[in-house]
Amino acid sequence: MGIAVAMVVNGRNVTAEVDERTLLVEFLRRDLRLTGTHVGCDTSQCGACVVHVDGRAIKSCTMLAVQAAGSAVTTIEGLGSGTQLHAVQEAFRNCHGLQCGYCTPGMIMTAVELLKRNPNPSEHQIREGLEGNICRCTGYHNIVKAIASAAKVLQATAAA
Amino acid sequence: MGSGIGASVLRVEDQRFITGTGTYTDDIQRPGQSHAYIVRATTAHGIIKKVDVSHALSAPGVIAAYNGADLQADKIGILPCGWMTMNIDGTPMFSPTMPVVAHDRVRYVGEPIAVVIAESVHQAKDAAELIEIEIDDLPAVASIERAIAPGAPIVWDGAKGNVGFHWHIGAEAPVTAAFARAAHIAKMDLVNSRIICNSMEPRAVCAEFDVGKGEFTLYLSSQNPHVQRILLATASLGFPEHKIRVISPDVGGGFGIKAMHYHEEVIACWAARKLGRPVRWTSERSEAFISDRHGRDHQTHVELALDKDAKFIGLRVSTHANMGGYYSTFGPAIPTFFYATLLSGTYPIPAIYCDVTGVLTNTVPVDAYRGAGRPEATYVIERIVDRAADDLGMDPAELRRRNLIPVDAFPYKTPMGSEYDSGQYELALDKALALSDYKGFEARRAEAKTRGKLRGIGLSSYIEACGAAPSKIVMANGGGSGMFESATVRVNPTGGVIVMTGTHSHGQGHETTFAQVVSDKLSIPMEQIEIVHGDTARTPFGLGTNGSRSLALGGTAIIKALDKIIAKGKKITSHVLEAAEADIIFENGRFSVVGTDKGLAFGELAFTAHAPARFPTDEIEPGLEETAFFDPVNFTFPAGVHVCELEIDPDTGTTDIVAYSVVDDFGNIVNPMIVDGQVHGGTVQGIGQALLENCVYDEDSAQLLSGSLMDYCLPRADDVPNFKLDYIVTPSPHNALGVKGCGEAGAIAATPAVMNAVVDALQPAGVQDISMPATPLKIWNALQAAKAAA
Repeated sequence: MGIAVAMVVNGRNVTAEVDERTLLVEFLRRDLRLTGTHVGCDTSQCGACVVHVDGRAIKSCTMLAVQAAGSAVTTIEGLGSGTQLHAVQEAFRNCHGLQCGYCTPGMIMTAVELLKRNPNPSEHQIREGLEGNICRCTGYHNIVKAIASAAKVLQATAAA
Repeated sequence: MGSGIGASVLRVEDQRFITGTGTYTDDIQRPGQSHAYIVRATTAHGIIKKVDVSHALSAPGVIAAYNGADLQADKIGILPCGWMTMNIDGTPMFSPTMPVVAHDRVRYVGEPIAVVIAESVHQAKDAAELIEIEIDDLPAVASIERAIAPGAPIVWDGAKGNVGFHWHIGAEAPVTAAFARAAHIAKMDLVNSRIICNSMEPRAVCAEFDVGKGEFTLYLSSQNPHVQRILLATASLGFPEHKIRVISPDVGGGFGIKAMHYHEEVIACWAARKLGRPVRWTSERSEAFISDRHGRDHQTHVELALDKDAKFIGLRVSTHANMGGYYSTFGPAIPTFFYATLLSGTYPIPAIYCDVTGVLTNTVPVDAYRGAGRPEATYVIERIVDRAADDLGMDPAELRRRNLIPVDAFPYKTPMGSEYDSGQYELALDKALALSDYKGFEARRAEAKTRGKLRGIGLSSYIEACGAAPSKIVMANGGGSGMFESATVRVNPTGGVIVMTGTHSHGQGHETTFAQVVSDKLSIPMEQIEIVHGDTARTPFGLGTNGSRSLALGGTAIIKALDKIIAKGKKITSHVLEAAEADIIFENGRFSVVGTDKGLAFGELAFTAHAPARFPTDEIEPGLEETAFFDPVNFTFPAGVHVCELEIDPDTGTTDIVAYSVVDDFGNIVNPMIVDGQVHGGTVQGIGQALLENCVYDEDSAQLLSGSLMDYCLPRADDVPNFKLDYIVTPSPHNALGVKGCGEAGAIAATPAVMNAVVDALQPAGVQDISMPATPLKIWNALQAAKAAA
C-alpha cells in the first residue's frame, strides 16, 4: 500500500500514509488541505507551488512527498506569525502586486527566499530571481515593486 | 484619501490571496467526490471506429467509464455557438455541430473521446490507458494557407473548401473610388499569430446532484456563471435552468477563455447525476494547451489609400480567420463584428470595406482572447499606418497626427457603423510622445549603434469598443442573446449593504472597485459594503465579465439600483420627519429636510425601513432592496497611445524593451491603482504575443508542437520592462459613471507598438518586415537573410 511519511508542516508534526507517487504539492493540498499552494503547470515552469523545505524555496510539484520526509515545510499559510503578516505579504497588498491571486502564494514564497539570499537586490536581480514564477495578470511591474519595497522594510526591521 | 471614486484603495480581496486562503474551484472538496479524467484525441482528424471502455472498468478505483455513444444515449446535447454570421450572399454560415464527447469523428488533437471516473485522479489516468481506441486517420490541416488551398483535406463535409463563412462589412464602391483617386497606396500582408491564453489557474469543475431536491450545483472556474447555466439548460445538459446552480468562486484569471462553454462541465454534471456522486475535474497545463480555446490566428491583406496630403481616404481589408475544428461559443463573432467594426482605428477614414473568411481546420477552436477582435483590428490599422509612413518617408507620429479624429468630431460615426463616444486623440499622442521623449530618440538610436545594438521605436494609437454590449446592436449582428448587466442592492437593517452583481471578478478587483462606487454614492465606509458575485443562486442574471464591460455596465446597474434605494429612502424619510418628499435631500450619507437640521443617517433609515411603524406600508413597502438592469445605448470607446522603445542584439536576435510609455483615456477612473495594474498586465500580454508566444502546429499531422510551458514561451519578469503610464480623462456619455473600460487596452495596443518598434530597429539592417512572434531565432534569420541579399 502506501508509505508512511512524517514531516513538520508550518510548525506542526504531520504523519500520513501516502501512495509512492504522491507529489509534495498533492500531499499538502489533498492530505493536509493546505490549498494555498497552487498547481499551475505540469512541467515545473510556473512556480505557483513554491513552498519552503528546510528554508529553501522548492517547487513542490518537483518533489515527492516521501522525499520531504523528516523536513520542515513552510507554506503560504504558515508564513506570517499568528495574525501578523510577513513583510512580503504586506508589500504585495500595498503595491498591488497581485490580481487573480493564483500565482501569488508561489511568488511570495519565492520572494521571501530571494530576499533572504539577497537582502538588497537591484531591480534586475529581482526580475532574474522571479524567472521561475509566471504571472499572467500583473505584467510583473508591481510584483517587482512589492519585492523592492519589502526589502526596504525588512532591512529597516533588521537594523532596528 | 477616502474610499470614494478616484481613490487608490487597497484591495479588499487581497487578504485571502496573500494568506493562501482563497477558494478556487480545485480547492473545494465535496463528500463522496470522484475524479474525472478526460481521454482526448491524439490524432487531429479521423473516423472513430472503436472507443471500448470495458477494460478500464475493472481497473482499481474505477467507478465508471464512458464514451461518446453513452452521452448520446442519454440525449446529452451539443456545445452551441451563440453567434450567427451571415455570408455575403445572404445565406447563413455553415454551422458545424460540436458534440460534448466525440462519437463518430474527431477534428482536433485534444477533442474529448472518453471519460474515466475513479476514486482518485491517478486511478482514473491509469485506467484510461486500458481504453481501446481505434481511429482511422484522415488527412489533417492546421493552417489557413493549407486549408484553403485546392485539394486540401476537408474538415467538414458541409463546408466546401473549408470555408465556414464569408462575411463582409462596408460598401465596396466608395472604397474603389477612393483607391482610384489615391496619391499613394500602402499594402501589407499581416499575420496575427495564434495565442494560447494560459490563465494561471487551469480550468476546473466540480459538479454534484442533489437527488432530494433534483438540483445541480456546479462549481466552475468561469467568467460568466449565468451564461454557463443557460447554455447547460438549453443546449448541452438539457435540464431546467432553475434547477442548476453555478458557482464560480475565486477564479485565477480568465482573459476570455473562461467565458466559453466547455465539454467538461457538461460531462461532470451528467456523470454526477448518473453516479450519485460529486464529479470533479481539473485541467492539467498540457491539457489546457489542447483544450482551452485559442485566440487570434488571422491572415490579412490590407491596403490603405492616401491622398496627396497624406490623408487616409480609403481602407480595404481582407482577412482569413482560423476558426479551428468547430465554432466555439462566441467564435464567429470575434473575427467579424468585434473585429471589423473597429478598422477605422482613431482615424476618420471615409471609405472602408472588409471581408472575412472563417476557415475550418483541424485545430483547437478559436474564440475570444483579451480584446477579442479589437486587437486584431488595431494591429491591422496600426501596422499599415507605419508602412504608409515608411513608404512616404514621413515620421509615423506626424502621419498619425495629420489623420487623427479631431476633438470636435465626436460623436464620430465610422463607415463601419461604430459611433465613437468621446476622445482627445491628439492630446493622447502629444502626451505619449512627451512621456517617451520621442524627439530624443534618434540620438539614442545613434548611441545604441556605437554599442552594436539596433534600436527602434514604435507607436500605436489604439481604439477599443468596450462595455459590451447594447443588446439591440449585438442581436442585430448575429448575437444569440442580450448583453445588459444587473445589480441588486440589499440594505440590511443595521445599515450594511450587500451588492449582488451579474458580473464576475477574476483578478479585476470588483470587490474593491464596486464597493468604492457604493461608498462614494452612499457616503458609508467600505467595511460596511459587501460585493457578491459568481453564484447564480445569489446574484441576478448577468452576462459576467468580458469585453471590459463590468464597471461601465455592472457599475451603472449598481448606480441605478442605488438611485432607487435613495428614492425610497426619501419617501420613508418624508413620512418619518413629516415633510414633503420633494424637500428631502440625500447628502453625505444623510436623508434630511432641506434647509433644516432634521434628518436620518443612512443607518437609521435602513433600520426604519425594516421596522416599519413610522410610514404607511400600504403605500411604501417595508424593507430596502432594489434591483436594476442596465442595457447601454452604445459601446464605450477607450483610446490611447503606446510607445515602445527597444534594442535588438544583431548577434543573438534577442530583443530588449528598454522603455515603454502608455497614455490611456478610460474616461473616469474609480481606482487608479487597479487600472494601472490592468494596463501593466494587458501590455505584457501584448508584448508576449509580439515577441515570445509561439503557437506551432505541425503542418502535416496538425499536432500541437508547442504544447507545454516548456515549449510555449510566456513572458517572465526578466522579459519585460517597467512602464510609464499617464491618463487623459474624457468621460463616456453613455453610462452613469462616465467610465470606458480598461481591461483589454494593453493587449490591444502593445502588439502593434512592439512590432512597429522591431521593424523600425531592423530596417537599417535591411529587414523590411517580420511577423509575430519576433523571436530571437526569427530575427536572427531575417538579419542573416538581409545580410546575404545585400
